[in-house]
Amino acid sequence: MSENNNSKGLLGWIDARFPLTKMYEEHLGKYYAPKNFNFWYFFGSLALLVLVLQIVTGIFLTMHYKPDGDMAFKSVEHIMRDVDWGWLIRYLHSTGASAFFIVVYLHMFRALIYGSYQKPRELIWLFGMFIFLALMAEAFMGYLLPWGQMSYWGAQVIISLFGAVPIVGDDLTLWIRGDFVVSDATLNRFFALHVVAVPIVLLMLVVMHIIALHEVGSNNPDGIDIKKTKDANGVPLDGIAFHPYYSVKDLVGVVVFLILFSVVVFFMPEMGGYFLEHANFVPANQFKTPEHIAPVWYFTPFYAILRAVPDKLMGVIAMFSAIVVLFLLPWIDRGKVRSIRYRSTTFKWLLAMLIVSFLGLGYLGALPSTGIRTLFAQIFSVGYFGFFVGLWFISKNEVTKPVPERVR
Amino acid sequence: MPSDDTDNDRRRFLTAATLVVGAVGTVAVAVPFLSSWSPSARARTAGAPVQADISKLEPGQLVIVKWRGKPVWVVRRDEAALETLPEVTDELRDPDSASSNQPEYATNEYRSRKPEYLIMEGICTHLGCSPTYQPEITADFKGGFFCPCHGSKFDFAGRVYKGVPAPLNLPVPPHYYISDGVILIGEDGVA
Repeated sequence: MSENNNSKGLLGWIDARFPLTKMYEEHLGKYYAPKNFNFWYFFGSLALLVLVLQIVTGIFLTMHYKPDGDMAFKSVEHIMRDVDWGWLIRYLHSTGASAFFIVVYLHMFRALIYGSYQKPRELIWLFGMFIFLALMAEAFMGYLLPWGQMSYWGAQVIISLFGAVPIVGDDLTLWIRGDFVVSDATLNRFFALHVVAVPIVLLMLVVMHIIALHEVGSNNPDGIDIKKTKDANGVPLDGIAFHPYYSVKDLVGVVVFLILFSVVVFFMPEMGGYFLEHANFVPANQFKTPEHIAPVWYFTPFYAILRAVPDKLMGVIAMFSAIVVLFLLPWIDRGKVRSIRYRSTTFKWLLAMLIVSFLGLGYLGALPSTGIRTLFAQIFSVGYFGFFVGLWFISKNEVTKPVPERVR
Repeated sequence: MPSDDTDNDRRRFLTAATLVVGAVGTVAVAVPFLSSWSPSARARTAGAPVQADISKLEPGQLVIVKWRGKPVWVVRRDEAALETLPEVTDELRDPDSASSNQPEYATNEYRSRKPEYLIMEGICTHLGCSPTYQPEITADFKGGFFCPCHGSKFDFAGRVYKGVPAPLNLPVPPHYYISDGVILIGEDGVA
């Protein structure tokens, strides 16, 4: 019988057979999070909200969408024009994709400034990075489905990246596409991966991310370990129960988020060509590349790094390294102080360089390349990688401010 | 529960043997699933050679023929275009097409069987975009092909310029002349 024998009635019956109360207490009712969470701590729960939104809208889109080279584009127009409220469901899904990346980028930035990836939270960070990777795969494959010009040529370009792999490159791209060019076969398999395989992986990773978080406990803006000071019952003195305190606080974030989200969905679902690109309103044409190919905004920083290198293989390596280096962050940062509040001025300068570089790359990646822009992309690429190199060097013997014992 | 008379060697051997058999089985089961991603029989059939009538081409004109779903260009180059070929050699990455993809009969300056007609796959060797045809010869660019995606430039024989991301010249598909005005793309034919 379960140890939770204080529950009675129906709940008691369930608790004897399934750890319902135990799970509720571990993850909500008696999960003690630091009391000093600020604005940056909204984005974890918002990411979860957007994930649910994407799954629900996605399920309803599959009821009308046809993953077929001849019918896909038309079926999307059918959803937009003929299906009752179809336009809303589709715009929620397409805006949700961009919102997902905005929320996740801010969530990752939070981890960066407060050192939430540092010991003992390395695994949380790694699971999170795998979520980011799965999310990029999900977004990329989803973008092929409307079968517009940008869907088609974007997929052609990204799949061709694998052609840079020495020796097996060409066979690999052929295998991924299932045809000599991006075709119906590619569309069909991307559909299967987008609606079944990757979402399952994504959900599993999210569960692992949260389990790992709740095992070690949340970090906080001071980067202080709140488990060091506990009361007689073993509850951290600086901790408050997630429910109701943070569940209610997060509701405020949800409301503000949904207001902004609705503004985009109802008034600017294309976001001036950044959320839905203009060329994607033209059906895929395998003989004509659009004048200007740019990925959706959330990929542009990495795309700019790819273009900054005037060599195919090196460019691909540079682009993938930009993501791999993020995985290594917990080991690149050799510092003991987590929060930016107590870190050195050098760290702040490095971080400023990273922000400028990342935004600069994101801006350049959306524009056609010219000589001067390529030069800037190269400078920003150096800035991006420079953060990690610099961090490795300065963090060993960083001069930091004293970290207080308790949360202020 | 393991007792004192447990034969640990026997147990270790059985565990290892089970693991090996299981691993072999997993690999064997993976093969059909992974192979299912290869081009299907239908896609391979669609890769059969195609015939094209090129007798109506005007000098300077480009037509697109679909082969294996890819755009294959047939360009009738005029005298002016052919004259640029030796002029740009110094600016090219692989002027002799030593490391590029083309049949032996196209491994020459013109990258074709007949200097006048260029038959070439219209897919950039960088990341698979389709370059645009730039027939005008200017002081800045002596004509050829320009890829809008990442700015790769090619001359009138599809040879790549230096300092652009594309690593190789544009590929030339196997082809031969059935008659003066008709070509078959996809087969080398008899030499």
